[in-house]
Amino acid sequence: MKKKNQTSNLNKYLLAGLVLVCILLMFLSVFYSRVTGPFRILANITVIPMQQGMNKAGSLLVDLSENFATLEEARRENQKLQEKIDDLMIENNNLQEEKYELERLRELYKLDQNYAEYEKIGAHVIGMDSGNWFSTFTIDKGSFHGIQKDMNVIAGSGLVGIVTQTGPTWSTVRSIIDDSSNVSGMVLSTSDKCIVRGDLSLINEGKMRFEQMENNDNKVEVGEQIVTSHISDKYVQGILIGYVSEVQVDSNNLTRSGYITPVVDFKNLQEVLVITSTKAQMTGTDTPAQ
Amino acid sequence: MKGINIKIRRVFVTAIVLCVFYLLQCTLFPRLTLASVKPNLMLILTASYGFMRGPKDGMLVGFFSGLLMDIQFGGILGFYALLYLLAGYVNGLFEQLYYAEDIKLPLALTGVTEFIYGVVIYLLMFMLRSEFDFLHYLRHIIIPELIYTIVVTLGAYPLLLFINHRLEAEEKRSAGKFV
Repeated sequence: MKKKNQTSNLNKYLLAGLVLVCILLMFLSVFYSRVTGPFRILANITVIPMQQGMNKAGSLLVDLSENFATLEEARRENQKLQEKIDDLMIENNNLQEEKYELERLRELYKLDQNYAEYEKIGAHVIGMDSGNWFSTFTIDKGSFHGIQKDMNVIAGSGLVGIVTQTGPTWSTVRSIIDDSSNVSGMVLSTSDKCIVRGDLSLINEGKMRFEQMENNDNKVEVGEQIVTSHISDKYVQGILIGYVSEVQVDSNNLTRSGYITPVVDFKNLQEVLVITSTKAQMTGTDTPAQ
Repeated sequence: MKGINIKIRRVFVTAIVLCVFYLLQCTLFPRLTLASVKPNLMLILTASYGFMRGPKDGMLVGFFSGLLMDIQFGGILGFYALLYLLAGYVNGLFEQLYYAEDIKLPLALTGVTEFIYGVVIYLLMFMLRSEFDFLHYLRHIIIPELIYTIVVTLGAYPLLLFINHRLEAEEKRSAGKFV
């Protein structure tokens, strides 16, 4: 009986000790963010290589199973691809047209930077958030590859998210559909600014909310492009976020809000591009300490 | 000497199981979502170690699995570690009620833990940011995750039980040699 009491006492001490450690860690990571460095290196030598391995093994398996696809399937696919090429040709022409339009628009907006020329670096998505509440993921490039906190992450042509922390060979990215994400956006055609918010309850529908858009005479129609705005201090200007799918005037009659369909398919993210300069560096407000 | 060896082996095996579960949670299960919800393997692991091995092992397993999550995905270091630590401890208190042959208690415990975990995450991470639509989160995240986790427990728990039995058999054998 005595021994039993002893072990249960020991457990209580252990519980108290570990709880204290946790609280201390929370305290430290809120007030002294440098403390988390060693832990990231710990992750770097434990789970990250394995995640990278899993990722490679997964793509190898996919390759293998693809090899089993029969010739007939390949032929059918060839035909399909041919049709797709035709489609893409048409699309390409359209895009060319849009490019000229874009150039005209740029002149119109007197943007002095060319956003197509951001330096980018490619990365694979190697791990997704372990829970269902948040939408963060891990990529296989880190501070060794020049990734820094607050760098913007894009995929295809749209905004994916922002780097929230970096380890030596990995970084964590918070996607814009994450419930705690807020992006300052603007309507491309009218320059009306708004806040684009990730919303957990809309993730299933593949939508995001935008709000606090001024209710002025500018008409915002369904299908208009929302891009990152010039007043954001984290997001680089002019990256496409998505298209307006619904817009309404709020009950206060001063602002408008509605829904956006993002251009990026967040369910099947595999490769992303990281823009290797932060907004702070571009605008020259970066502190040299970083 | 032999006793220490056995102990090291248990720690080693537990660490490997933890890593494997964590990897599956971050790489495989995001591809196997149902209604865009994935099961919570780490909670299964923590709860199972709690009622199979007692509060101490539950606490340690919970602490380390939470810490891994904090490092890789969390905003504040130590938050998930604390939650999983407590989950491991509370489940460890049920060790006396637990029989290996009975699968009802593990399922019930994992389910209840998962539910409380969901509600706590909602309270701390969502309600405090003034998202008051609890029923929506209950219907779309907490309950689906609970069901999926219980289904996965049906597969994962026997596996953990098997590993634990093997280790315990080993320990008994070496203890027997001493006497």
